[in-house]
Amino acid sequence: MAKKTVPSEFIIERDDEKCITCQVCCRMCSNDVHTYDPELDEVNSDSTKCVGCHFCEMLCPTGAITVKRNPSEFKINANWTARVINDITKQAETGGVLLTGMGCDRPYPIYWDHILLNASQVTNPSIDPLREPMELRTYLGRKPDRIELESSDDGPGIKTQLGTQLKLETPILFSAMSYGSISLNACISLARAATEAGTLYNTGEGGLHRDLYKYGQNTIVQVASGRFGVHKEYLEAGAAIEIKIGQGAKPGIGGHLPGEKVSEEISQTRMIPEGTDALSPAPHHDIYSIEDLRQLIFALKEATRYRKPVGVKIAAVHNVAPIASGIVRAGADFVAIDGIRGGTGAAPTVIRDNVGIPIELAIAAVDSRLREEGIRNQASIIAGGGFRNSSDVIKAIALGADAVYIATAALVAMGCHVCQKCYTGKCNWGIATQDPYLTKRLNPEIGTRRLVNLLRAWSLEIKEMLGGMGINAIESLRGNREQLRGVGLTDTDLKLLGIKPAGEAW
Amino acid sequence: MSRELVADRDYRVPAGCGIVGVMNQKGERFSGEAITKSIATMRERTNGLGGGFAAYGIYPDFKEFWCFHLLYDTQQAKLDTEEWLKVYYRIEKEEPIPTADVEAIEPRHHLWRYFLELRNHTEKEELKLTEEDLVINTVMKVNRDIEGAFVVSSGKNMGIFKGVGYPKDIARFYQLDRYEGYIWTAHGRFPTNTVGWWGGAHPFGILDWSVVHNGEISSYGINKRYLQNFGYHCTLFTDTEVMAYLFDLLVRKHRLSFEVVALILAAPFWEEIERLPDKERQFYSTLRSVYGSALVNGPFAVVVANSRTLVGLNDRIKLRPLVAAVKDDFVYIASEESAIREICPSPDRVWAPKAGEPVVGRLSV
Repeated sequence: MAKKTVPSEFIIERDDEKCITCQVCCRMCSNDVHTYDPELDEVNSDSTKCVGCHFCEMLCPTGAITVKRNPSEFKINANWTARVINDITKQAETGGVLLTGMGCDRPYPIYWDHILLNASQVTNPSIDPLREPMELRTYLGRKPDRIELESSDDGPGIKTQLGTQLKLETPILFSAMSYGSISLNACISLARAATEAGTLYNTGEGGLHRDLYKYGQNTIVQVASGRFGVHKEYLEAGAAIEIKIGQGAKPGIGGHLPGEKVSEEISQTRMIPEGTDALSPAPHHDIYSIEDLRQLIFALKEATRYRKPVGVKIAAVHNVAPIASGIVRAGADFVAIDGIRGGTGAAPTVIRDNVGIPIELAIAAVDSRLREEGIRNQASIIAGGGFRNSSDVIKAIALGADAVYIATAALVAMGCHVCQKCYTGKCNWGIATQDPYLTKRLNPEIGTRRLVNLLRAWSLEIKEMLGGMGINAIESLRGNREQLRGVGLTDTDLKLLGIKPAGEAW
Repeated sequence: MSRELVADRDYRVPAGCGIVGVMNQKGERFSGEAITKSIATMRERTNGLGGGFAAYGIYPDFKEFWCFHLLYDTQQAKLDTEEWLKVYYRIEKEEPIPTADVEAIEPRHHLWRYFLELRNHTEKEELKLTEEDLVINTVMKVNRDIEGAFVVSSGKNMGIFKGVGYPKDIARFYQLDRYEGYIWTAHGRFPTNTVGWWGGAHPFGILDWSVVHNGEISSYGINKRYLQNFGYHCTLFTDTEVMAYLFDLLVRKHRLSFEVVALILAAPFWEEIERLPDKERQFYSTLRSVYGSALVNGPFAVVVANSRTLVGLNDRIKLRPLVAAVKDDFVYIASEESAIREICPSPDRVWAPKAGEPVVGRLSV
């Protein structure tokens, strides 16, 4: 193979003093970085193939391997950076669209890091979550503005019929990741963890594998533009249905699962022939306007006899607030909004990095708009797109989200090191791959445990922060922007986020 | 805007407080002396920067008329307000609210009261508004848009008297011993910063609601936004205002009983709800999921009154004191038992209501 003209991104440093030539790295690396030379009895590493997933580093029993960024530097140039030069080089060689995985990695402002939370001092007491109840339970779904009561012999009853609500023990759900983009073991881990933690996971547009039907009560089944794996039993299997219009990592474009990943199992689950490309069109070809969306929402509701909440997922784009308002008016029970930092299994880099808006601004805009129009009760808001920790989550809820979708964080919990090479299908961690040699590396029991731990840890932290604010039920924080202050933001940012600057009292 | 107006109009001022409510459930009227004595025993709970009273049944000769108590900073504010009032109302009577010279009280506003009759107005028909809705609109309009004017109370046969000072001095200033009512509530305030504006004192009133409140609401931000959905604009930055609007919304507009309202404002915990039989669990869960944004979180003890009811309520984990007592036809609710014993030395029953458990006194006539 000709020598690559793009310099390797990483350098593998092997400490020969420590290396015992056990060759675990050679056997494990799906990118064939490490090779054993029997003549010299030594292991060599070809850094040009390294994606920086750190799997070998983790496995190496003697700690002989260190993966480092390549220190090789181009002439300093603010415009013509290494990334720019390398991208052009790759395109000059291939004539193709640059692909990537995971969420936008560009340094756009992360508003979470410019928002600070409040705490009680003197005038009201903070609450200790270790001693007092602290409630995170959240119900998602359409709610009436008011209820009407009727009295009966055994106490008051409710005349108002409430649509089915999704009960979450913590306001964090696992966002859509399809079987195909991730392995079955990863799907099983998510499904089991959602069940154990009392929340929901989302099938993505990959259909629902037979083995996962039993987790239906904790599943949101997705209906996307390719309609893969959508049939009556599928719709009825989940607790709710989500129509996917768009995704934060690639607003406005469709998806593509290459044929080589369409194994027998995936072919059966998606209901497409083995080995064929699974192409999700950019738009749904039966939705060219808001009234068409309404028809699909109600077709799905009819199909499931109005027992399942039906939501709509959109990417956060410039006009997100009016679009969300239209979606609520079209009958959606929840709106999922995915910000620019939302992840993907594969997307053109130029789309991922340049299209959409940060989720912080989208939550604020949508929540405010729905309130202005008096329809905020009619649908819940689930926000997604790069949530990294419990403080991001709690800030999103204070801005106005009912709950938060996490996916990248969930993958990281299962081992992912965000190397952004999901689209290659060579994921060493056994997550974003269908290669049986790789997928068996993810033990679903361990995956489940780690995901449940993550949700537990974040929930505990959220309770601590809530208690500090003197609040003991998450609904009292939802949309409670008084508990937030902006630091280092412009007046316009503050206005859009609907929060006051730090230093300003009530 | 004059300097004195700054505090509560523009900022939320946390405050500690003492509160009292007394009601005769037969509707027999009694003077303001008792409530004054009662609130005065809790002087330690106040710092002289706010006191006030609400009284029901005090204007029997004008009981059919909407009675507006107004607070004006300037003569111009008065002119502007009256011009606006005259569009919607016929003024049956208007007069300055009588006051006495009290050394400790420095009057800062013109205090005026009006007895008003709503005209038949096309707006009412066109927008399908009730009389109450129109009155609320008037109050919102004056408080929000007319500089230097503030509607202190706007009910029938009731009024609110409040100002900056210790409650005892405020009572003397307004000569409350000359009024007779069947419900009285009182408030002594301990705000955390200087308050010069009389409108910021409690009780807060809208229609015939009055609220005296001891607490700081941590859910203020969402309660306020929730109320905006239903057309209530919080013009002051006080928790008490939020509380008053929540009661108006839930009791008057949504027609829920005070017992149900208590389940919304001080909702029981999911843990408790889970233990209930099916039907009740369903009822409680629905209430919480529909009215989650009306849950009032953080410490509060509140005494709310309207023409027929006196209600005391604590937050869901009882972070502020509240004691209740009954004696014959009287219901007493106060921050401290001493305030009750001061005017009712041997009640039939005294108890500390549990967190979220409402005490309700009802007019039986």
